[in-house]
Amino acid sequence: MAHASSYRPNTAIGKWFDVRLPVMRMMHDQFNDFPTPRNLNYLWTFGGILTFFLVVQLATGIVLAMHYIPHESMAFDSVEKIMRDVNWGWLLRYMHANGGSMFFLAVYIHIARGMYYGSYKAPREILWVIGVFIFLAMMATAFMGYSLVWGQMSFWAVTVITNLFSSLDSIVDGLGTAVVQWIWGGFSVGGPTLTRLFSLHYLLPFIITGLVILHIWALHVPGSNNPTGIDIKSKSDAIPFHPYYTFKDAYALCLFVILFMGLVFYAPNFLAHPDNYIQANPLQTPPHIVPEWYFLPFYAILRAIPDKLFGVIAFAGSIGLLAFLPWLDTSKVKSTRYRPIYKWFFALFIINTLVLGYLGAKPAEGMYLLFARIGTAFYFAHLLVVMPVVGWFEKPSAMPGSITDDVLGKGSGGGRPSAATASPGRR
Amino acid sequence: MRNIASPKRKLLLAVAAAVLYAASVAGTPAKAAGEQTIETQKWSFSGPFGMFDRGQLQRGFKVYKEVCAACHGLRLLRFRNLGEPGGPEFSSAAVKALAAEAEVQDGPDDEGEMFTRPGRPSDAFVSPFANKNAARAANNGAYPPDLSVMAKARARGPDYIYSLMAGYKETPDDLELAEGMSYNTAFPGHQIAMAAPLDDDAVEYTDGTAPTLENYSKDISAFLMWAAEPKLEERHKLGFRFMIYLIILAGLLYLVKRRVWAGLKH
Ligand code: HEC
Ligand code: HEM
Repeated sequence: MAHASSYRPNTAIGKWFDVRLPVMRMMHDQFNDFPTPRNLNYLWTFGGILTFFLVVQLATGIVLAMHYIPHESMAFDSVEKIMRDVNWGWLLRYMHANGGSMFFLAVYIHIARGMYYGSYKAPREILWVIGVFIFLAMMATAFMGYSLVWGQMSFWAVTVITNLFSSLDSIVDGLGTAVVQWIWGGFSVGGPTLTRLFSLHYLLPFIITGLVILHIWALHVPGSNNPTGIDIKSKSDAIPFHPYYTFKDAYALCLFVILFMGLVFYAPNFLAHPDNYIQANPLQTPPHIVPEWYFLPFYAILRAIPDKLFGVIAFAGSIGLLAFLPWLDTSKVKSTRYRPIYKWFFALFIINTLVLGYLGAKPAEGMYLLFARIGTAFYFAHLLVVMPVVGWFEKPSAMPGSITDDVLGKGSGGGRPSAATASPGRR
Repeated sequence: MRNIASPKRKLLLAVAAAVLYAASVAGTPAKAAGEQTIETQKWSFSGPFGMFDRGQLQRGFKVYKEVCAACHGLRLLRFRNLGEPGGPEFSSAAVKALAAEAEVQDGPDDEGEMFTRPGRPSDAFVSPFANKNAARAANNGAYPPDLSVMAKARARGPDYIYSLMAGYKETPDDLELAEGMSYNTAFPGHQIAMAAPLDDDAVEYTDGTAPTLENYSKDISAFLMWAAEPKLEERHKLGFRFMIYLIILAGLLYLVKRRVWAGLKH
């Protein structure tokens, strides 16, 4: 948010730098003094948590890459050797594998938060669209990272997903096959595929880092949204980022890290599939090919469509459509808190996505397939019909006049129990 | 209008639900394998404070060496691992002697010839067959997989291996076994190409443990769990210190955060 700079360098070297490269001024204005709505709840701590996990993945990944061998006959054993013979290798590898999962858990909460509070609406459209690109890049990165283990699930997930491009054959004969062979670097998934997946897995996190910088820049122009969706109007609506949100974020991050390290230390393979501890074998297809848990809802959508090409289109569309939410949502108010009808649709959308995830782990047959189809129809209906239509006729419920009114319980909200006057930090 | 505690509670509920959900979908594919009978056992290494039982690992190693090693390799283990902390912890003299029993291929020497020599603690375990085809040829066309990570490569690994060893039951009358196959209640499909490798009194125990199929099955499963996760004890020990530290840190951060926010006018 544009605000007058309050940075006053008070050392000689600070002043010297300030007229040459004012990074300290930028840090101070953007992360210390930055005016932030006073009513942010714990759902707003996930941005910081995500940044933390990006750093964890980069730091552990770079050390893993020093020991990992991207070769079809050595990759699997090299991962095990990292865990046996490299100092702290087991910790690095389990942090990296579970860190990927935590990254996705956090990003899903972060995205759902944005959808619930209408954070994608003007003037935050670009911020949101960059977020969708980060999500896409994360999916690509995690998919490629998973393939590096070169276990049975790695190998067959790569085979299934790269084969999706062969659906292009139904548009131009031979095009799909050519594209797939170009991706593979051969006539099947093999050594050349593994080395390029490794190269890209190393590259993409840095592209994500660049996108994250743009994302935060785009956030710091309008500033954070908040649970009321009402803009900051007066000085009393905002508080400086530091110390209020630095400590709130640090506390939430610490709790999340307890969950993360609890998995790493006590159940490091809980979210993993046992088949991925079997070395890749191109001659033996596992009975069920299931992706990592964070891809399951989209995998269910992919398999729900009987036609391969349309399945791929639905798969891509289910993620790509998210970028268009700012224009699909016609509501006059941002926050779902004040949307009596949409509230229920939102809850249904979340439940539906979870059900799709459950179905993504099941074989695509019988009742599972039927429900996956209903869920897929519902997913798209929510984005393409519910969001434009409900927003158009729904009458928002009474809203507080300002952020301050909301926090202090004044205004149309009214009738707050006296306990509500506790500090906003207890909200 | 809104209850002050509710957004927070809702949030906690949502996070808890997300975690449970992740757990449920992660757990589901494993169960799809079918009507396998897998008996849950008590393991000294399960739970956050679990540690291996040295005696059990040493007995399990004996079972592996005297029975399973005829068909199955453990290519990711080195002899020195047998003496390292958190494992069977054989003495260094015992490790040297065990390594020396192995014939390790080395070379080429100055004449360019390959030669074999007695193993050293830094050598990897030697697999029983030169390659997959040799292994198949010796086993009726079936391939005895390397057991290095077997305990992680099957759902409920140690319980599964235990149940597999103890799962050679009387073949039901209505089941026609294929040539060279054995009936096993733990194996998916119930027909396995490995003949029952263990029976009572198959291996001599010198520490007073009863030489029963039950004990062999338990000991080999624990040993294979260690082979797959040799750093388990280190992980549990470090985890304990780390978690205490994190919990104290979380408490402190909570108090600081409360103090900071208490100063805010409301
Ligand atoms: C005579 C050779 C032989 C011996 C001795 C032997 N196995 Fe096996 N084992 C096999 C073969 C062959 C298979 C493959 C079975 C199949 O795929 O049907 C196998 C498979 C296995 C499997 C994998 C089962 C699965 O889920 O795919 C395990 C675990 C196993 N053996 C453990 C052991 C243990 C522990 C011992 C020692 C107590 C042992 N084996 C001794 C030949 C042997
Ligand atoms: C956005 C950040 C990243 C994500 C989400 C991510 C995700 C993953 C995942 C899910 C795996 C498979 C883990 C397993 O099941 O074992 C993996 C493996 C791997 N990643 Fe990453 N990664 C990221 C960044 C990096 C970076 C920056 C590097 C450095 C080059 C790296 C190097 C590796 C290596 C070498 C492996 C294979 C070893 C292993 O499986 O542990 N990663 N990654």
